Amino acid sequence: MAIKGHVHSLESFGTVDGPGIRLVVFLQGCPMRCQYCHNPDTWQPGLGTEMTTDEILAQYQRNASFYKRGGITVTGGEPLLQIEFVLELFTKAKKSGIHTCVDTSGITFRPDDDAVKARFDALRAVTDLFLLDIKQVEPEAHKALTGHRNDNILAFARYLAENRQPVWIRHVVVPGITDKEEGWKALGLLLAKLPNVQALEVLPYHTMGVAKYEKLGLSYPLEGVPALDKKTAVHARQVILAARHQALQK
Amino acid sequence: MNNEWAGFVPGVWEREINVRDFIQKNYTPYDGDDTFLEGPTDHTKALWNQVMDLSKAEHDAGGVLDMDTQVISTITSHGPGYLNKDLETIVGFQTDKPFKRALMPYGGIRMAKKACEDNGYTLDPEIEEFFTTHRKTHNAGVFDAYTPEMRACRSNHIITGLPDAYGRGRIIGDYRRVALYGVDRLIADKQHQKDTTRIIMYSDVIREREELSEQIRALKDLKKLGEIYGFDISKPAQNVKEAIQWLYFGYLAAVKEQNGAAMSLGRTSTFLDIYAQRDLANGTFTESQIQEFVDHFIMKLRLIKFARTPEYNDLFSGDPQWVTESIGGVGIDGRHMVTKMSYRYLHTLSNLGTAPEPNLTVLWSTRLPMNFKRFCAKTSIESSSIQYENDDLMRVTHGDDYAIACCVSSMRVGKEMQFFGARANLAKCLLYAINGGVDEITKQQVGPKYRPVEGDYLDYNDVMDKYKDMMKWLAQVYVNTLNIIHYMHDKYCYEKIQMALHDKKVTRWFATGIAGLSVVADSLSAIKYAKVKCIRDEDGIVVDYQVEGDFPKYGNDDDRVDSIAADLVNTFMSYVKSNHTYRGGIPTTSILTITSNVVYGRNTGSTPDGRKRGEPFAPGANPMHHRDTHGAVASLASVSKLPFSEAQDGISNTFSIIPGALGKDDQIFAGDLTLEMDESES
Repeated sequence: MAIKGHVHSLESFGTVDGPGIRLVVFLQGCPMRCQYCHNPDTWQPGLGTEMTTDEILAQYQRNASFYKRGGITVTGGEPLLQIEFVLELFTKAKKSGIHTCVDTSGITFRPDDDAVKARFDALRAVTDLFLLDIKQVEPEAHKALTGHRNDNILAFARYLAENRQPVWIRHVVVPGITDKEEGWKALGLLLAKLPNVQALEVLPYHTMGVAKYEKLGLSYPLEGVPALDKKTAVHARQVILAARHQALQK
Repeated sequence: MNNEWAGFVPGVWEREINVRDFIQKNYTPYDGDDTFLEGPTDHTKALWNQVMDLSKAEHDAGGVLDMDTQVISTITSHGPGYLNKDLETIVGFQTDKPFKRALMPYGGIRMAKKACEDNGYTLDPEIEEFFTTHRKTHNAGVFDAYTPEMRACRSNHIITGLPDAYGRGRIIGDYRRVALYGVDRLIADKQHQKDTTRIIMYSDVIREREELSEQIRALKDLKKLGEIYGFDISKPAQNVKEAIQWLYFGYLAAVKEQNGAAMSLGRTSTFLDIYAQRDLANGTFTESQIQEFVDHFIMKLRLIKFARTPEYNDLFSGDPQWVTESIGGVGIDGRHMVTKMSYRYLHTLSNLGTAPEPNLTVLWSTRLPMNFKRFCAKTSIESSSIQYENDDLMRVTHGDDYAIACCVSSMRVGKEMQFFGARANLAKCLLYAINGGVDEITKQQVGPKYRPVEGDYLDYNDVMDKYKDMMKWLAQVYVNTLNIIHYMHDKYCYEKIQMALHDKKVTRWFATGIAGLSVVADSLSAIKYAKVKCIRDEDGIVVDYQVEGDFPKYGNDDDRVDSIAADLVNTFMSYVKSNHTYRGGIPTTSILTITSNVVYGRNTGSTPDGRKRGEPFAPGANPMHHRDTHGAVASLASVSKLPFSEAQDGISNTFSIIPGALGKDDQIFAGDLTLEMDESES
C-alpha cells in the first residue's frame, strides 16, 4: 500500500520557499497556533486531498523544465506531522536528482526519543535544505506567540548543526511582539552557534491572512496589528547579523 | 568594394540585396556585461525634457496636441521638423513638427474625418470632397464588395476588429537596406525586377508591374525625404550615425505613408552594431556618442503618432503604434546574436526612462549569454517595459533574420509579409451553434439556420457536432471577408515604400485570429464534465446557462480540458485552410487578444462556462480570470499545449506578477550570509 499524504494544495510556481522555481507541496495539519499564521486553513489534520508520492512526482516531472534551478519544497501546515510521507516523497525525488527542501517549525522533533531521531536521520539523508522558522528565542515568549515552548525547536536547530545540514533561518518581525532589539540580538547569538546556517531571511509581518480567518469563522489573534514596513525588517536583519558577528569575534 | 563598406567582411551581400548575409558575416557576438554602457548626455537630457513638456501639453490638451487637416501625408509632404536642430543627432518627424499628427485618408476618409472631429479639429472640406467623389479609399472599396452576410457578421461582432476602415499594418520593411545599400542601388534592383517580369500580361503580371513602378516611385521619394533634411541617402551609410539615420528615414517614410494597425521596426540592433564596432575600432565615435545616437533614435520612435478615433483606442486599449523592435535571438549556426547594440537599445529604458514604445522585444533563447539574461531581468524589473518571445520556437520556421510585427507575428524581414486578419469570436460561434445561427444579443439570424439545440441540458456530442458545422461556416465567411479587405487594401492603400524594401518574391502570411479560446474550452469542459442547463428567453433563444457541478478548467495543466483547447485550434485552422486565400496567402492564426478581449466580451452573451453576458474574455490564450488555481507553472503548461504549428502567427499569454512573488527582496537577502544560489548561477 502506497502511503497517502493529506495535501492542502500544490503551488506550481513557488519562488519564495527555497532556491529557484519550485513545486511547493502544502501538507495539511499543524500543532502550532502561531498568532500571525496566514494559513489557518492548513491547521486541522486529516483534511485536504489524499495524494500518493507518485502523483506529486508525476506533476513535477510534467513541468520539470520549469524547475531546472529549483526543486520540490514541502511545507504546510507542519509537514513533518506526515514525516513518513515526506520521507517516501524525498527518497524517490533524490533518485531522480531533484533538489529537496522542507520548510518546518521543528516542533515534532524529540531529542530524547531515539525512534523519532531515527526518522529524522533518515529524513536528513534525503533532504538538501531545511527552512527553519525561529519565531522567538526565549521559551516563554515562544509559548505566548505559538502555544508551545521552543525547547524541541532549539534542540532541532542544534541537531541540524551537529550534522552540518544546510539550513536557511526565517524570522518574522511582528509589531509589538518580535520587534525588540533584545529579541533580535538573542537570535544573532543563537545563529553564531549554528555554523550550518546559509541564509537568514527576516520577513515583515503582513495581514494577508485575515481574510482566511474570516472565511473559517475564526477570530484573528492579531486584530489591529499593522503590517510591518520592509525597512524595519531590513534593519532587524542587520541587528541580528551584527549580534551574530560580534559573538563570533569573541 | 564600395568605400562605405571598407573593413566589412565581403560576401554574397555585395552582389545581391541580402542583409542577413551581411549580418552573419560581420557581427560580433557580445558576452560581456553592461558595464560598458554610457548614461545620457546633456543634449539627450535637454531634448528629453522638451519631449516631456510636450507630452504634458498633449495630455492637458486631451490627448492630441496638433493635427493636420489640410495636407495629405506622403513621404515628401512635409518640410523638415525638429525638436531642437542643434541638439538632435538623429532627425525626422512625420510632419513639420513634433506631436503634430498627419492626415492619412487612403485607408478610409470617414475614419480620417472622424479622427479629426473627435479630437476637435475640422477636416478640410475639399479633401473630404476629393476622397468621396474623385478618389476612392480602401474603406469604400471594401464596402462595395461586402456581402450582406459579411456585414451582419461584422455588426454582430462574431468577426471583429477587421482592418476595413483603417490601415492593416503588420508589414515590416527591411529598413536596414537603406543604410547598407543606399537608395540608388535599391532603385536599380527594383528596376531590374520590373524589367524581368513575365511578358504575357495576365492580371497578376500587370499588377506586379504596376506595384514595382509604385515601389520605384516611393524609393525616389525616400531620397527626397533625405534631401528635405539635408542628407544624400542615395549612397550607403558611412558610419553608425548615418546608418541609424538612413534606416530611420526608411521607417519614417513608411509611417508618413501608412497609419497601420502595427508599424513595426524589425530587427535592427545587431545590424547597426556592425557599424558601431567599426567606428569604435577606427576611433570615429566614442561609446558615449554612439549611445547618444541610439537614445535620439529611440526618442524619435517614441514620438511616432497617428490620428485615431476613440473607438480605435478603445479596441486597442490606448493609442498603440506597435513600433516593435526584435533584439537578440540565436543564429542558425548556433552563435547567439546579442551584441553591444542589443544592450544599448535596452539601455534607453534607463537613459530616457521607461516607455511602452518602441516595443522592445527580446527574442529569448535558453542559449543567450548569461550576462545578457541578467541584464534583461534587471531592466525588466526596473522598467516593466520589455516583451519576451520564444526564439527557440520561432527560429525553427523563420530562421534567424525574422522580426516581430505588432506583438507576436513573426516574419522574415524583407522576405515575408502578413495580411493582418483581426479575429473570429469563437465563443460567440459556440452560442450560434446552440441557437441555430441566431445572435444571442441582437436576435438576428446571422449564421445559417442550422437546427438549434433542443431540450434543457446540453449534450457534449450534440453541441460539438453543431459547433463544428458552425465553425466551418464562420471560417468560410471570415476568410472571404479578409480576401475582400486585402484585395482592396492592395488596390487603394498599397504600402509602396514598405514593399519596396522587400524582395520581389514575397511570402504572404494570411493571418486569422481567434478570440475567446479559454471561454470555449471551459464551456465545452463544463458541458462534458458537469451539467449545463439552458435558460431560454420568451423566443426560445438560449440566453443564459446554469452550471451544475464542477468541471476541469483550462489553466491548471489538466489534459481533460487542455486537450479540448488544443483540438479547437486544430479544428478551426483546418476549416480556415479549406478556403481560397487572396494572393496565395498561407493561412496562419494567432491567439493574441492582448487588449481587445474586453470589447469582445462586452459584445458576447452568457456562455456555458458560467461567464455572464458582457464579462470580458481572458486575453489571448490566457486561462479565464481566477480559474487557474494551481499556480503559474500549471497555467503556463496549459497554454504551452496549444499547437504552435497551427498558430504560427503567435500565441500570447499575458502574465502579471507582483515583483515579490518572483523571488525574495534583494535587500532583505543581501548581507554576509549570502545565499548559495547567488553564486551557483553565474
